[in-house]
Amino acid sequence: MLPRMVVDERAEVLENRALSAEYNVVTLAAPDIAAAARPGQFVMLRTAPGLEPLLRRPFSIFEIVRGADGTARAISILNKRIGIGTGRLYAVRAGERLDCLGPLGQPWPLSAGARTVWMVAGGVGLAPFATLTEALVARGLALRLFYGARRGEDLYYADWFADRGVDLVVTTEDGSRGVTGRVTVALDRALASTTRDDAMDVYCCGPTPMMRAVAARLADAGRDTWVSLEQVMGCGMGGCYSCVVPLRTAAGGTHFVRSCIAGPVFAASTLHWEGLAADHG
Amino acid sequence: MADLSAPLAALTLRNPLMAASGCFGYGVEYADALDLSSLGAVVVKGLFLSEREGHAPPRIVETPAGMLNAIGLQGIGVHRFVKERLPELRARGAVTIVNVCGVTLDEYVEVSRVLSDHEGVAAIELNISCPNIKAGGIQFGCSLTGTHDVVAAVRQVTSLPIMPKLTPNVTDVASFARAAEAAGADAISLVNTFLAMAIDIETRKPKLTNVLGGLSGPAIRPIAVRMVYECRQAVRIPIVGMGGIASADDVVEFMLAGADAVQIGTANFADPFLWSRILADLESYCTRHGVTRLADLVGAVHGSRTSAEPACRPS
Repeated sequence: MLPRMVVDERAEVLENRALSAEYNVVTLAAPDIAAAARPGQFVMLRTAPGLEPLLRRPFSIFEIVRGADGTARAISILNKRIGIGTGRLYAVRAGERLDCLGPLGQPWPLSAGARTVWMVAGGVGLAPFATLTEALVARGLALRLFYGARRGEDLYYADWFADRGVDLVVTTEDGSRGVTGRVTVALDRALASTTRDDAMDVYCCGPTPMMRAVAARLADAGRDTWVSLEQVMGCGMGGCYSCVVPLRTAAGGTHFVRSCIAGPVFAASTLHWEGLAADHG
Repeated sequence: MADLSAPLAALTLRNPLMAASGCFGYGVEYADALDLSSLGAVVVKGLFLSEREGHAPPRIVETPAGMLNAIGLQGIGVHRFVKERLPELRARGAVTIVNVCGVTLDEYVEVSRVLSDHEGVAAIELNISCPNIKAGGIQFGCSLTGTHDVVAAVRQVTSLPIMPKLTPNVTDVASFARAAEAAGADAISLVNTFLAMAIDIETRKPKLTNVLGGLSGPAIRPIAVRMVYECRQAVRIPIVGMGGIASADDVVEFMLAGADAVQIGTANFADPFLWSRILADLESYCTRHGVTRLADLVGAVHGSRTSAEPACRPS
């Protein structure tokens, strides 16, 4: 594991841009975290002062915002309003300050051998792919993003990825944009035209059932998938043991590891998906 | 500069702030972020003889001004702890107190014996109060004879200070403090969490996989202060108070009630850097009130007015 240079920045909200009635992007002036963060890491945000909510919430670092000289100055968060914490983050105003702890967690592994990279995102699971894209574009790799949502209007930042040369494959369940169906439909088609010898890495983030389905298809094709999990998390530091995920053991059993420090990124082949799925009903 | 040191049995802690067991991993998780030696002590996660997997998630849920947990004492066991974690805690200068668990009396004794054989353990906190596991712990902590027997048995095998951690889930916590003192405890710590429950009204199911969990956080603080106050009247041994502490004001309140030192748990989840802020605020409290030695505050509320008679106490 990496040595952890964790800092807590009292970050000013520079911008809160609503994307829809559910989604928004919040830009936070957290220069130390922005400078240290690696693709796929997260922060713990205190979304409101006081005791409600009591705990911070984990959020993937979405973009690293740089100044004209290239210096990292801020991070952004892609947020979907679901509960108290995310609802609060949806409503923050520019000028407010939020305690922002990070960078936390293990980043996406970047293998030396890959020539092609597939990224598979569902909904707010798009968040950890902007930093990954920047890192991989810098390495000159060919990137493809499979990006699925229920409706066309729920697909955000497609241009951001297209502008960076990412080959974008969008899917919508209602057929309003791109391929009709779930992201696995597009993935199946693409897999049919690849061979096992292609040097390729696959990264996935989205709802747990979607990640499980994606990883199963890739496994059938003889490939592993890096998945970024989202668990109920108490502290983000390894202190509370609440965010555990079940890994398979050599003996055929399972072993809980803390998602905050061992993850959030895991090789799909190491996870006990049945146990993970049970957590999410 | 006031003297913040906290005498605790054979120990003199640099200050009264301890990281609470179960809320700070094995301490090493925080070693890159904090100077562990700046804390009064680090109380590491509860240890059995062997490794434990704990409960299936979800293991925590937030409640008003608090949280429920049912981790189930997942842990690496005492043997891996002394080999893999204790050396780093020593190297970092942490005053390490180990929370000792057992399914049986013999297990408490054996874990304590193993710890006593290793350099770097400052004291033992006996976990007889975890509400989340069926076997062990609470069955001792909810019985006066069980509490006495665990302390007395561990007393036989270690010269380390012994500090049983008491449960609040009893009618009269002070009688358990007396049982611990009579059995040879060097100190007591209290309170562990309050057994509690939260239900999802949409799915009509308990929010925790374990159904029940332990309530912690500011929600329990006034009850914990009352219990420390009651125990201070009941025993002479030092008391380590905890329950929802998040600020220097809270620390002072527990000390006035009778705590010689305190533990901080849930608040550390929300703010892992709270230690230095609380220490600075304790300094300013002392300056403001002309206190030269923080330990002088311990139990000060007891002299201030006629001691309260408990409203109800079993005979």
